[in-house]
Amino acid sequence: MSETMAAGGTRTLQIWRGDLTSGELVDYELETEPGMVVLDAVLEIQRSQAPDLAVRWNCKAAKCGSCSAEINGKPRLMCKTRLDHLPADEPITVEPMRAFPIIRDLVTDVSWNYEINKKIPPFTPRDDLPEGDYLIDQADTDRMSEFRKCIECFMCQDVCHILRDHRMHNKYYGPRFMVRLASLDMHPLDGIDRIDQIADEAGIGLCNITKCCTEVCPEGIHITDNAIIPLKERVVDARHDPILKIFKRNTARPGKKKPEASA
Amino acid sequence: MAIEHHEYDVLVLGSGGSGLRAAVAAAEAGAKTGLVCKSLLGKAHTVMAEGGLAASLGNVDPLDNWETHFQDTMFGGKYLNNWRMAELHAKEAPDRARELERWGAVFDRTPERKMSQRAFGGHTYRRLVHIGDRTGLEMIRTLQDKTVHSDVDVFMETTVTKLIKDGDRVVGCFGYRRATGEQITFSSKALILATGGSGRIYKITSNSQDCTGDGYALAYEAGAELVDMEFIQFHPTGMVYPPGVAGLLVTEAVRGEGGLLRNALGERFMEKYDPKRMELSTRDVVARSIYTEVKEGRGTPHGGAFLDVSHLDSDYVRKKLPSMYDQFLELAGVDITKEPMQVGPTAHYFMGGIKVDADTGETRVPGLYATGEASGGMNGANRLGGNSLGDLLVFGRRAGIGAAADAAKVSPASLPADEVAAAQGGVEHYLNGGGQDQFENPFQMHKDLQKIMGDGVGIFRDKEGLTEAINQLESLESRVHNLKSPSNRVEYNPGWQLCSEIKNMLTVSLMIARGALLREESRGGHSRLDFTAYSDYWAENNIVVHSAGGLDMALTPTPVFKRDELSELVEARKESEKAS
Repeated sequence: MSETMAAGGTRTLQIWRGDLTSGELVDYELETEPGMVVLDAVLEIQRSQAPDLAVRWNCKAAKCGSCSAEINGKPRLMCKTRLDHLPADEPITVEPMRAFPIIRDLVTDVSWNYEINKKIPPFTPRDDLPEGDYLIDQADTDRMSEFRKCIECFMCQDVCHILRDHRMHNKYYGPRFMVRLASLDMHPLDGIDRIDQIADEAGIGLCNITKCCTEVCPEGIHITDNAIIPLKERVVDARHDPILKIFKRNTARPGKKKPEASA
Repeated sequence: MAIEHHEYDVLVLGSGGSGLRAAVAAAEAGAKTGLVCKSLLGKAHTVMAEGGLAASLGNVDPLDNWETHFQDTMFGGKYLNNWRMAELHAKEAPDRARELERWGAVFDRTPERKMSQRAFGGHTYRRLVHIGDRTGLEMIRTLQDKTVHSDVDVFMETTVTKLIKDGDRVVGCFGYRRATGEQITFSSKALILATGGSGRIYKITSNSQDCTGDGYALAYEAGAELVDMEFIQFHPTGMVYPPGVAGLLVTEAVRGEGGLLRNALGERFMEKYDPKRMELSTRDVVARSIYTEVKEGRGTPHGGAFLDVSHLDSDYVRKKLPSMYDQFLELAGVDITKEPMQVGPTAHYFMGGIKVDADTGETRVPGLYATGEASGGMNGANRLGGNSLGDLLVFGRRAGIGAAADAAKVSPASLPADEVAAAQGGVEHYLNGGGQDQFENPFQMHKDLQKIMGDGVGIFRDKEGLTEAINQLESLESRVHNLKSPSNRVEYNPGWQLCSEIKNMLTVSLMIARGALLREESRGGHSRLDFTAYSDYWAENNIVVHSAGGLDMALTPTPVFKRDELSELVEARKESEKAS
């Protein structure tokens, strides 16, 4: 077998413990098993050394996006990060995502993301669709599918400097929701003109395409190249085309309607 | 201090596929609807479903129809299914699939641009609507989106520990918010349990942390009946290495797309066990076959079977099975386009569950409904792959409609103070202890429970092992009162959470072990080494479980729910199976 026979041995984890008011890295030593991921180590520490260590996790299969943390300073899923892929000669630091308020230890308050999601109108079929089964090209499916792979780990939101450093949560929806908007805007049967939301409320112009979000995406979604940049282009096409500006200003794109004003 | 309190017509517990679909249906029917979940919205175990949703659309195989899907489901379930549920499921799954697409779900296409369908074990035709190998995530995201834009209030990271009754009727529930420990009560005119299964009673499981059988235990304590609890589906293909990921699911789509199973000698061993269906035999058969190969010394280096797709085009594999490709590369260092995977059985799905009326999801307790994996009957002794995603849509919707109709007929009830006080006492006891000298550590007890279930109530069972397991479970049961969280901090306390989950898992484990001891035959997801054949008696009976007061549990053989108008279909399938 060419399987890497993963190393075990003693490792030190430095886990951030605390709450909104204060906290610090605490050292834990642990005997590891081959192939262990960071979440295994954290749960073993929880079981044997720190039974009140707060950690959010669920599927342990990189499918639910619950166990996001900053491991050695980089946002990663704890369940998908093998200990033996991290430098063996130094402690492993595990800290909560910094773009969101701390609840306790590794658990953060990500409710802001859920509030943003509510503001995005759901898929709404165009008025002109024929009766019967939806007919969609596989190519369109593939394009949307990349975005719909998102497991909502929110690590792209965590690493986005507009949110993390500039704290502009009220001006920019963040990469996760650019991906969401892209999946809807690129649905061939969607009947809502989403350009105004993308450009104004969602604040796509604030993104200056540093691609930090793409780098941390555990699903390998090309957030910047395939979602954000094409949406920026669509905004430019709709808003700044000189001919459209004269004739069609403030009308919806073909086949689409402006969304109903929400309360 | 006053407890946070909310009032709803319909309250749904659980935010997996069935819970979300139920909440949408209840809200659409005009009920004031609330939804309570242990985790964040969109994280439920349904996200892990990979292969697809079975619906006889006939997009790929035009001959497909509901009758064949019904027959396949009955055959897969070894004819112990609730016939009405299997019928409703087969008839309505196509509409539910189309509806999901109209809500924005995106599925793979046929060349004619319709929803594509793939082959799966036990299905006569290519029937599973899918998107790559992440169909469950697609469904959850679609239903999540539909829910947040429906009139449904969502309470995330809230654990319910007790259903509250007023006389015979369930009128609400009690729980606490995990982030703060603050207690919370709900009153409901109708309450739907959509709490999924209980895979966490096993160490080797494909299930999420949340799958701790809460709904089974809550319903049992409230006086509901449960059915078929001895039938547990061990998915044939879980990862076996490295140890940290043992049990992690390897989708059946790997075999659906042409993956081959071999033992250490390189033999396609399914030829011995099911030469007709080979790798695409039903899950119970494939799981037992792999187990037997390993036990007889023909296992792989890490104690499983080889599952190989390296003969398929590597681009095709990466496109059709992208998460499997990633999963093996990341976690095991195996490139599945070049070398075989090693796989073995993993506890996956509970065929059994709360006994409900097929049409409405109503239990025998007024005001209490159940749906999805939390309910039982649809799948009989063994579930076909793809039937759970159909199940949760068809019966989630039906439970939502049923509960809303019920709610419209009753007046709101207040929660009896003594019931609420008892519930409060329960959670506070786990936090602070009840003055005992000896405390039980929940993390340790969970480990003990998993060992008992793995050793005595696993894929093969016998009287001796089951009896021993029951003795040990009863010993745990006598100590469960001494469970105490190692920390008394209320914010996001994992040990505290685990205490109530262990109580639930223990109740579920006892149902399973006792049912397994009673059913002296082998059928579907229940295999007895001391009773290896089908029994004529048990072919006609389900085991129904309910509380007989205190720690007493009543298990009653009960005739299978049949329907005359379906007899012809069932008999025809039985005949054709005999002939082949």
